[in-house]
Amino acid sequence: MPESIFFYSVATIAIISAICVITCKNPINSALSLVLTFFCLAVFYVMLHAPFLAAVQVMVYAGAIMVLIIFVIMLLNIQAETVKKSAHGVVLGGAIGFVILCETGYLLLSGAISESRGPIDLALIANIGHTELIGMAMFSDFLLPFEITSLLLLAAIIGAVVLAKKKV
Amino acid sequence: MPALHDYLIVAAILFAIGAVGVLTRRNAIVIFMCIELMLNAVNLTFVAFSRYLGNIDGEIFVLFVMTVAACEAAVGLALMIAFYKNRESIDVEELNLMKW
Repeated sequence: MPESIFFYSVATIAIISAICVITCKNPINSALSLVLTFFCLAVFYVMLHAPFLAAVQVMVYAGAIMVLIIFVIMLLNIQAETVKKSAHGVVLGGAIGFVILCETGYLLLSGAISESRGPIDLALIANIGHTELIGMAMFSDFLLPFEITSLLLLAAIIGAVVLAKKKV
Repeated sequence: MPALHDYLIVAAILFAIGAVGVLTRRNAIVIFMCIELMLNAVNLTFVAFSRYLGNIDGEIFVLFVMTVAACEAAVGLALMIAFYKNRESIDVEELNLMKW
């Protein structure tokens, strides 16, 4: 019972800060609300017995990507939005979002979870440790995508440097 | 003990909020932040399913999604800086050279 209350309060905070992301006029306020959403998601990952992913979420998303975004907002000196949005656009966007939500909700709630469960359960996570389980899978079954990811990171680094240069 | 459905519904709501943000906002960086919100909603779905089906593959995929999101953040923000140097504005309504 207290776990349900905790889950619902964290979910409420995540959804309210997500709504703040899309409604704040000042982009810095949007960025800070998004950091709060990422922290709530890290709490969810811990509740789902995936502590390594929670740590990586805080380090990569809240610690690297959001810092990069706030750097760029301050570098370009982006002010709060003063142009009044058209009401038609907002209503149409809201309607499309509501349709997406209804469709996704229907698809999620109308299916039944298949009963076939794999080998990873709570006892195994408590015994071996979540990080080692991810390592065992990553470096044996998923070794090729892991190496390709390093190529992707190299391409991203070169691309970012070239795109932001003064003279190519 | 929250069931799988609770996590999936929270993820669906976050995804829909991110989609509304992408469609509604004019600031390119805020649109990028809403895309990150959608990616995180999908990550939550993956981790919830991975936990409830006893498989580690979902969490491996979450690591790859995070890596791709980081690369996309670097390149996308560099692109926005280059765009700002050109137009002095980050408004997506200014991206209208190919509009008829």
